[in-house]
Amino acid sequence: MTRVGVVTFPGTLDDRDAARAVRLAGAEPVALWHGEADLKNVDAVVLPGGFSYGDYLRAGAISRFAPVMGEIVEAAGKGLPVLGICNGFQVLTEAHLLPGSMIKNDHLHFVCREQVLSVENADTAWTRDYSAGQHITVPLKNQDGQYVADEATLDELEGEGRVVFRYVGWNPNGSRRDIAGISNAAGNVVGLMPHPEHAVEAGFGPDGANGPRTGTDGLGFFTSVLHSLVG
Amino acid sequence: MGRVVVDVMPKPEILDPQGKAVAGALPRLGFGQFASVRQGKRFELEVEGEVTDELLAAARAAGEQVLSNPVIEDVVAVYEDKA
Repeated sequence: MTRVGVVTFPGTLDDRDAARAVRLAGAEPVALWHGEADLKNVDAVVLPGGFSYGDYLRAGAISRFAPVMGEIVEAAGKGLPVLGICNGFQVLTEAHLLPGSMIKNDHLHFVCREQVLSVENADTAWTRDYSAGQHITVPLKNQDGQYVADEATLDELEGEGRVVFRYVGWNPNGSRRDIAGISNAAGNVVGLMPHPEHAVEAGFGPDGANGPRTGTDGLGFFTSVLHSLVG
Repeated sequence: MGRVVVDVMPKPEILDPQGKAVAGALPRLGFGQFASVRQGKRFELEVEGEVTDELLAAARAAGEQVLSNPVIEDVVAVYEDKA
């Protein structure tokens, strides 16, 4: 069975939900601990959301130096699929696996809502079960979610198709060019601010086509990586 | 004991939402004379003994590699605090 690691840092909040999403997609979740430089032979890794190390210094800044991150950076360079969600996205930028950074939301408020996203790139390890241009709805909850990068970097991301998700309807945090998620050049590392792992099971997700709380649009992330791995 | 101060500020081209909020609050408290505010971070690094040029260089390196994120912030000053 495909094994997907889920990293827990001190202050991680969404590791249980991420592990559950992995299981619902048909893979085996494997708990990875920030303090151990051991990936336990997993086939992919999820860095979940939360406030690792209390967001001290900057969001994700301390986590970057955790022993497990050295292993992840090395394995990501060799093609290991890595997904960073919210705080996990912030960790990936601090670890230089993804360009740019996140600063405080332009309106300064914590925002928690069901957010519509456009899947801009359906060829990454984490998005191949979607179609390009598809709209999905998943929860979004953050305070430091404003994606920023210099214009040259933004142009490069756009030019190479590495803008993977864009906010639709409303830009909830002032992110440059409505960017909600990006990938590395190879497409195995993806980071986004919204939370697909909270939209994987009817009864617990956003409102969907079949009624309140029926939305499971986030499940495609986790089935995508499965299908990427088994070919 | 010596002390090195590292000052980190948001890059000029990055909007500083916190500074803007502070700037908005100041006039309400009677401080209408300030046109804008930018908010940064001050780090105090203590060392045993004297602050040498090597220590200042190391503090600048730490500032650029760890204490700041060069995508959004600049190290604007590194100096010995003699107070």
